[in-house]
Amino acid sequence: MRRRLIAIIRKEFIHIFRDWRTLMIIILMPIMMIVLYGYAITLDMRNISFGVIDDARTAESRALVEAFAENGFFRAWPHEVRRADIEQLFMQRDVDVVIVIPREFSETLGTDRRSSIQLIIDAADSNVGTFVHNYSEQVLQIYNRRMNGKLPVLFELSPRIFYNPDMNSTNFFVPGLVALILMLISALLTSIAIAREKETGTMEQILVSPVHAREIVLGKVLPYVLLGLLNAAMIIVSARILFDVPLRGSLLLLGLMSLAYVFVALSFGLMISTAARTQLVAMFGTLMATILPTIMLSGFIFPIDSMPPVLQYIANVLPATYFLIIIRAIMLKGVGLEALWSQALILTGIGILLIAAATRRFRMRLE
Amino acid sequence: MEPLVSVSDFSKSYGSVHAVRGLSFDVHPGELFGLIGPDGAGKTTTMRTLVTLLRPDAGTLTVHGRDVATELKAIRSITGYMPQRFSLYPDLSVEQNLRFFADLFAVPTDELPVRIERLYRFSRLQPFAKRLAGRLSGGMKQKLALSCTLIHNPVLLVLDEPTTGVDPVSRTEFWEILRELREEGVTIVVSTPYMDEALHCDRIAILHNGRALAMGTPAELIRGMQYPMYALHDDEIVMDYTLIEKLPEVRSVQTFGDSLHITVEIDTDAERLQRHVSAVVEKDVLLKRIDPSLEDVFIAHIEEEAAHAE
Repeated sequence: MRRRLIAIIRKEFIHIFRDWRTLMIIILMPIMMIVLYGYAITLDMRNISFGVIDDARTAESRALVEAFAENGFFRAWPHEVRRADIEQLFMQRDVDVVIVIPREFSETLGTDRRSSIQLIIDAADSNVGTFVHNYSEQVLQIYNRRMNGKLPVLFELSPRIFYNPDMNSTNFFVPGLVALILMLISALLTSIAIAREKETGTMEQILVSPVHAREIVLGKVLPYVLLGLLNAAMIIVSARILFDVPLRGSLLLLGLMSLAYVFVALSFGLMISTAARTQLVAMFGTLMATILPTIMLSGFIFPIDSMPPVLQYIANVLPATYFLIIIRAIMLKGVGLEALWSQALILTGIGILLIAAATRRFRMRLE
Repeated sequence: MEPLVSVSDFSKSYGSVHAVRGLSFDVHPGELFGLIGPDGAGKTTTMRTLVTLLRPDAGTLTVHGRDVATELKAIRSITGYMPQRFSLYPDLSVEQNLRFFADLFAVPTDELPVRIERLYRFSRLQPFAKRLAGRLSGGMKQKLALSCTLIHNPVLLVLDEPTTGVDPVSRTEFWEILRELREEGVTIVVSTPYMDEALHCDRIAILHNGRALAMGTPAELIRGMQYPMYALHDDEIVMDYTLIEKLPEVRSVQTFGDSLHITVEIDTDAERLQRHVSAVVEKDVLLKRIDPSLEDVFIAHIEEEAAHAE
């Protein structure tokens, strides 16, 4: 048992190091992915372009426009807009929001009378619309507090935001990306490694030896665990350097959890390979089975609690779901194993289940 | 003597395609047994089933008394199998491939150097020990593949078209190696589409469409041809040989390179046949009585079967 296993592991390492081109792809691809996705996927809005219809044309109204222009979320130079052009401007996507300041704006400041500032928002993208709305309200509130001494303040909500005080969405997404990329790359490694042996016929040659399914399966997983861990380290380091994502918890714990997760993903790749005959099928199968569920259902973007029950069930068996909770907790909150042991157990359990299933399903014949 | 390999009533289909139907044969210890037939005859299916890679649909196949359907491990450890396609690791060196298969078959470590030494001697691969398997020539690849299947001293060697796509010199060399192995007592089942190679075998089975059309030593099969055969050798002839086929005493005509092989009824007079043939081709031709080759045997059996089918 041990001799055959060692032989297969040694052979797998020779494959890995002889094919340096593939090795480079395996190492560099995750970093490329995290750079590309890390910069592209963000829910924060910057550079909101806004138009102004200033009916008051007073010093105070100009001060209000400046309050918008100065805070960094909006463009520094507003468009002067005529009422008739608003729709046209939205259609051409020249502005995201138009601020209408009423004629009586300055007179009502500091008095009991109220005047309304109108916000006309392009909410074709509802997410963008919400952000624009929120930012505008905040700007107006600050302005009100400064200029409107007589503002009746009944009570005030004063939020204090933990773990991500700037509400920076990169801190939320980058750990998710680590989970996604690790799952994808690791599953690809094993599923292609087995499919390649089937395609080139070497599997036929090994099968006629008295080798066991568990020896082939373990012999394929163990070498790639190292490669997967290397990947995990490179992704987490790039996340730290490029996106300044904090790492508040224990590095050792994160390493151990990544090890468990890589093991799960490699076993999942093996599971796919038991059904795939060619490398191409293995690759597409792996892409389909990892990317979509991980992005949509694991809590990577959308909160699991707001999904319909059926999808929640699926989410509950996805390894990425548990790893996401773990990695976010360790990186952002600095949580230790005492709060994560249940997720860690489930993750390891899924891994053991998957590798047992892959071994069972592994065919010792050609049919 | 107990046969080492026993196949009886073996059938195997892939969906609606009947690859093998009711095949039976025995191979005795120390025999070099050939499965001869064109592509699609059922050679590969039979061999893969013998080495437990496929499950038989019907019939019983045993190796060393063990059933291929149930005793995978036992059969796999005493059998060496060489698939039709080169199936070693091209990115491993000659020696790494040999050692890998030695480990898979749990060859005792203290015996390994001696065995590798011996395999190098007959394959002459020693100078290329460090070369990657993917960089070997076709003939050397086949010899390495054979070496890997021999590393555990198998009782039975199953070789699926080992010489297809190999240059003629390497082919001859390869068959010499096989005969040496047989001298050492290894039982060999080998398949080939080449009739000339079949002559190297102790016994052969001619397979066609999943059935054995004939079985025996090559000499027996050739002797078994009951109808006389004549060769019409003339490189000027470019003619419609269907005219010759229509002669009453002619059974069949085959093109054979630049000549025609004419099979005739048993009591045909040679001179009369020559006159008749000259008449239909409108030219004086010379007919020569020949001994049929294995290829003639093969064609005759296929035609006989086709006649039965009608």
